[in-house]
Amino acid sequence: MSLTALIAGWDAFWADSQHNILPTILLMAGVTVLARSFFFISDAEWTLPRWAQRGLQYAPIAALSAVVIPELVMTQGVLVHTPLDARLYGTVAGAAYFFWRKGVGNAVLGTIVCGMAVYLPLHIGLGW
Amino acid sequence: MFFLRVYRRHPQFRVGFVDMLGAAPGIAAWGLMTGVAMVKSGMGTLEALTMALLVFAGSSQLAAIPLFIAGAPVWVVLATAFCVNLRFVVFSAHMRTYLMYLPRWQRLVTGYFIADLTYVMFVRCNPMPAVDDDGRLAQMAYLAGNSSINWFSWVSASLLGVALANFIPGAWGLGFAGLLALIGILCSLATSRLRWIAGAVAGAVAVATYALPLKLNILVAIGVAVLVCMALESRPAFSPPVQP
Repeated sequence: MSLTALIAGWDAFWADSQHNILPTILLMAGVTVLARSFFFISDAEWTLPRWAQRGLQYAPIAALSAVVIPELVMTQGVLVHTPLDARLYGTVAGAAYFFWRKGVGNAVLGTIVCGMAVYLPLHIGLGW
Repeated sequence: MFFLRVYRRHPQFRVGFVDMLGAAPGIAAWGLMTGVAMVKSGMGTLEALTMALLVFAGSSQLAAIPLFIAGAPVWVVLATAFCVNLRFVVFSAHMRTYLMYLPRWQRLVTGYFIADLTYVMFVRCNPMPAVDDDGRLAQMAYLAGNSSINWFSWVSASLLGVALANFIPGAWGLGFAGLLALIGILCSLATSRLRWIAGAVAGAVAVATYALPLKLNILVAIGVAVLVCMALESRPAFSPPVQP
């Protein structure tokens, strides 16, 4: 890399202009690695405290719920205030299928199919 | 690390693969709409394709695009991507005990592929880290199988979404299939009263703190839900969590 390119890159890092976003995209892939590997990048020996290990048992369901629930009940940052929202019925249909099958086999696929079967007609057909 | 034959040939590879297979159509629909959204919000085709292929983190991709359009400095884009990805930092604390026996480069490559559903399914299927070599191999084979189909369905659908962006109307709401996949997994995790509470508290907190920037509401919601459940654990009314 030439000195001018290096200087241009350094400027783009701090300044309000991006002439070429491809290098930034590469760095974003690096951020993905950094975040997902954060606590196992270092070779240093340490173990998670017992209380933290106990607490992390709840992290998977909490994380999924925190990602999913706002997407279901909010529109552009505001709680839905009408029952005429196709997401609500799609969710109920999908979850009902899952619990009807007691989660056996590929119940997740059925959840998707049932939920979409209710969601799409309401959403596209009725505009909910 | 699905490119290592030792994992691909292990029976647990298939188990992990099949676990994710049911959710794959949802992941693909979501990836497709992310690809469409990238182009619709003004990304060039080459940039969108590169992003879809390499970044492998939907929320940080979508968060970065407005910053690109606005010409924000690189460090702002990277810091935003990291903050939006903070939940993965929490997951990495959990995954550490499973992965530390590997050499560093293998840990980093493995870590790259641990997206939300892979993490959730892996710890659901492997509640405790293995203590011997055979067990560790089996767990890593599961992880490889699970993450391979997840990566493939997400990335291939995103690329398709970028290519077909002008032919797929966002108004159809195909992305809802991705949410349904998450809902199915969410239901499968609700195996004890405390986990139900964890899910309910996290959902409520995430809605209440939605106005926070950088999707920090997700991090706050995880933190509050974990603390509430740990506080409730010691009460006799709540039996210890049942491992699935």
